[in-house]
Amino acid sequence: MATVSETPLPGLGMRFEFATKGGSRLGVLQHQTGRVDLLIYDPHDPDSVSESLALDEEDARTLAELLGSSRVVEDLGRLRQRIEGLAIDWLPIGDDSPFAGRTIGDTGARTRTGVSIVAIVRGEDPIPAPGPEHGLEAGDTLVVVGTPRGIEDLVVILRTG
Amino acid sequence: MVEPAFLLELGGVVVGLALLARLAARYRLPASPLFLLAGLAFGEGGVFPLLTAEEFIELGAEVGVILLLFMLGLEYSAAELTSGLRRHAPAGVVDLALNFTPGFVAGLLLGWGPVAAVFLGGITYISSSGIVARLLDDLRWLGNRETAVVISILVIEDLVMAGYLALIAVLVSGAGIAEGALTLAVALTAVIALLIVAQRWGHVVSDALFHRSDQTLVLTIVGITFLVAGLSELVGISAAVGAFLVGLMLSGPAAERAHDLLGPLRDLFAAIFFVFFGLSIDPGTIPPIIGIAVLLGVVTAATKVLTGWWSARREGIKTRGRFRAGVALVARGEFSIAIAGIGTAGGLEPELASLAGAYVLLMAVGGPLAAKVVDPVVRGWQTRSAARTAIGRG
Repeated sequence: MATVSETPLPGLGMRFEFATKGGSRLGVLQHQTGRVDLLIYDPHDPDSVSESLALDEEDARTLAELLGSSRVVEDLGRLRQRIEGLAIDWLPIGDDSPFAGRTIGDTGARTRTGVSIVAIVRGEDPIPAPGPEHGLEAGDTLVVVGTPRGIEDLVVILRTG
Repeated sequence: MVEPAFLLELGGVVVGLALLARLAARYRLPASPLFLLAGLAFGEGGVFPLLTAEEFIELGAEVGVILLLFMLGLEYSAAELTSGLRRHAPAGVVDLALNFTPGFVAGLLLGWGPVAAVFLGGITYISSSGIVARLLDDLRWLGNRETAVVISILVIEDLVMAGYLALIAVLVSGAGIAEGALTLAVALTAVIALLIVAQRWGHVVSDALFHRSDQTLVLTIVGITFLVAGLSELVGISAAVGAFLVGLMLSGPAAERAHDLLGPLRDLFAAIFFVFFGLSIDPGTIPPIIGIAVLLGVVTAATKVLTGWWSARREGIKTRGRFRAGVALVARGEFSIAIAGIGTAGGLEPELASLAGAYVLLMAVGGPLAAKVVDPVVRGWQTRSAARTAIGRG
């Protein structure tokens, strides 16, 4: 993984930046207010931002879910062997779950517990790498990856909201 | 019964300020210099002198200074102040040396005596964190790497301000050396002790003060701020320092809510404060000192650019970023006026207010204008000099 440098900005928030493999500099400015700016640095002037995209909390969550879930599926096999403490589990969506009829994004699983939903098993057909907009139904089983602690938390969230 | 004339006059003034603020927003410039100009027009010898609202405006101005300093303290946590100080202390020292000196020397050259010179030094030293913060956002420089340098310098200026305000409060009190030194020692000990308390137990205090109800929270915080400000004034360390320290003490949810709730109140009273400062200046005294103000402005714009340039270079920022950092710091504003206000109230040189007013007018408008053009100018200059080098080689 690239080295991410962190710069605290008193009164404003925290800035994170790193160089991509392709040589561009990419950054995130996390405001204290919850706003997130996605920053692309100017190749001719590495200190200045040429593109800055303001995301509110919900936009940022959507983006995080999009980037997070696809990467986890891809790395899953490798990670399982390499990382101690990574747990995989199958969690049912009960009839009384508040998320039956709602979407993966609504659970906020990644942001609240760090756990990724990598697949939904619905009847005979598993749905791999569902996006945050994907709907959940009572009777689904979620295949999740995360820390044992995060998964425990998610079990509670799925049951009680 | 309230006097209709008073309401009409106050309403007229505030509506006038609102129109000026709209005008400033259209050109993306700070409104505070326009408020100052409005004050000049309302004052004695101005084009539209006030008859009944002046007393209220004077009181409002005092509230304005207290709220300004309270919000300044609120802006950063005690931990941010002390960690910023450790890391960027050299930049802070350079900033103080380069920007305090021109004002101080100018004061001495004008034959004002050392006390008034210390005031003028403070006026040229402190950048306007309000104008700078808006500028960084407007120009989309918030994500830039040099912005961390700019903010660190502002943070250190805040901290210096706490000690400086205590110092000038003692200076204008006219106390003897022994008594003055004692008061100052008490003041600085109080500042340092409160900083330590704020850093260790700030969250405990904040949690105790926090309340779900906005009204309760506003009453609690405004009440305590005024009490502490009054207490500080009583022991001779300036109401402004007390308000600043209360702001510093707050953190967490109490600080966030206070920021949202008191921000608009601060904006209203700070505007009144600018008007009052303009009121206290006789417009006739401006023309004789305008040349000095311009000269001082040019010199202290250059020293701020140098400060930012040097500090940014220390952090490995390239040429264009160094200039951006420097020019971002040029604007002076509310705090310079607050210092001048304390001086005028303390019966210092009447010229101090006129010079400070003219100077802040120039810097509050000139700083943002310079910041808007600096990047294209430096880029063009770099391209041309690169082209020349290429021709020279070819």
